[in-house]
Amino acid sequence: MSESGQQNATSVIVEKLRGWNAKAVSEVIEFHGETTVVVPRELLRATAEYCRAELEFNFLSDATSVDRFPGEPRFEVNYHIVSIPKRLKLRLRTRVSGSDPTVDSMVPVWPGAGWLEREIFDLMGIRFNGHPDLRRILLPADWEGHPLRRDYPTEGFRDIPSTYLPAFKKQ
Amino acid sequence: MTTVETATGPAKTMVLNMGPQHPSTHGVLRVALELDGETVIKADPDLGYLHTGIEKSCQDKTYSQAITLTDRMDYLNPLGNNLVYCLAVEKLLGLEVPKRAQYIRVMMVELQRISSHLVWLGTHAIDMGAMSVFLYCFREREEILKIFERFAGQRMMTSYIRIGGVAVEPPAGWREMIGKFLKMMPSRVDEYEALLTENRIWQARLKGVGKISLDRAIAYSMSGPTLRAAGLAHDNRKVFPYSSYEEFNFEVPTRTDSDCYGRYMLRVAEIRESLKIVEQAMAKITDSGPIRTEAPGIVPPEREKMKTEMEALIYHFKIFTEGFSPPPGDAYVAIESPRGELGCYIASDGSPKPLRCHFRTPSYVNLQALPLLIHGQLIADVIACIGTIDIVLGDVDR
Repeated sequence: MSESGQQNATSVIVEKLRGWNAKAVSEVIEFHGETTVVVPRELLRATAEYCRAELEFNFLSDATSVDRFPGEPRFEVNYHIVSIPKRLKLRLRTRVSGSDPTVDSMVPVWPGAGWLEREIFDLMGIRFNGHPDLRRILLPADWEGHPLRRDYPTEGFRDIPSTYLPAFKKQ
Repeated sequence: MTTVETATGPAKTMVLNMGPQHPSTHGVLRVALELDGETVIKADPDLGYLHTGIEKSCQDKTYSQAITLTDRMDYLNPLGNNLVYCLAVEKLLGLEVPKRAQYIRVMMVELQRISSHLVWLGTHAIDMGAMSVFLYCFREREEILKIFERFAGQRMMTSYIRIGGVAVEPPAGWREMIGKFLKMMPSRVDEYEALLTENRIWQARLKGVGKISLDRAIAYSMSGPTLRAAGLAHDNRKVFPYSSYEEFNFEVPTRTDSDCYGRYMLRVAEIRESLKIVEQAMAKITDSGPIRTEAPGIVPPEREKMKTEMEALIYHFKIFTEGFSPPPGDAYVAIESPRGELGCYIASDGSPKPLRCHFRTPSYVNLQALPLLIHGQLIADVIACIGTIDIVLGDVDR
């Protein structure tokens, strides 16, 4: 499907979403053939359920988070969903503040969100309500901090016991 | 640990660690298996042993510097990783890649797909005990790596696909080299099939093992051969075509048996389809033409021009020191890697470094369903299931 063809079909989807609950579509962003619907945090689970059940978005491509520190709202959580029968793509976005980074988990809607949300929790520190198994996945269980946050350094050493690296004794 | 009913009365289950050091986990994967005798009840994969923070490092580099990092995620598909990243950046910038460069990209990515499937077949076979297949597959893969070395100077981490096109012009004599490979390959694939397809031991170990229903596969976001063997003909090259794939004539093998044997047959069929695509791409690539789009300020000028023209020198300097700044916005591009849907999400805030660069890797998402595949199976089947999902730990952990 051409870019414009895709865009027409997704604007139909956005209209259907508006018809279902106008408060769910707080902002629509169109960029190079991609449509993003910004949903308020409280309505995210209901909107996702509607997309899957009524609009045939049965496949969750990806779940990502963006840290816009020091801007507020600090975090963005994006869900990239695909309707395989209709060959359409859509992005659901919600914004949360840095002081309360919690979002409803999409695992009841798309079980494939399980590990994607675990990774966001592990590396960005956003908690997901209702996730069946929210714990660190890529980093060790006792790691402190969330590395993908912008206030976390890219390189450096933590307190390494001098018995492990004698050349790097703490001054 | 729980209690289960056995033939001799209630017994406690055993937790066995299939540790990160294991020749058959295809990398450093740790799976904590809860066993009732030899039957797996629960499995908990523990990841992160190969996590090197590639996404975080990409966010500290300019857009063109990050290409070399992308090579190193799925190390059996470096050209695919380069392609998905470059497509995402090109979408952000609104760049149009010349057709000739697109055909070269398709040819290289399909050769990479063949080489990745050869590694998969060789390692899966050797896990199951068929040791000769391993050496035969790697003998053919050696020819592909020689081709990559001639094109890009590197066997594996080529970084050949760049923003706007490809890095350098194809080398002299490339048509003979790839033509020779295409003539030799189909009979070699027949050799592998002769060794494995009707082999009673191969069938006994793989038929009926690692089944997953189509509904669950879609619900768990599985993609690639695992999803297609469950019955859905979903291939990003056909459904959401990119990089001129819509101009190529190829089939998407699909099966309904959804077990390890079905996935084996499917991947062998995919090797044959990829050979067709490489042949078509070779015919489409003209002997001369652009290999990269003209975009001053984004795509570096040719070296001869840089050495004689002042403007070209300034552009070269600015690109390699400061980098270029795409407009604020974000883009998500998904391609079909040999393992499934490989996606790249880039968010730009108008600075020369990506604000957020995330890779949706197929091995990570497909591995999620491993506990479903191995539930109720024997330990030996766990090896078959891990092999059949075709994971690469660099892809899983990044």
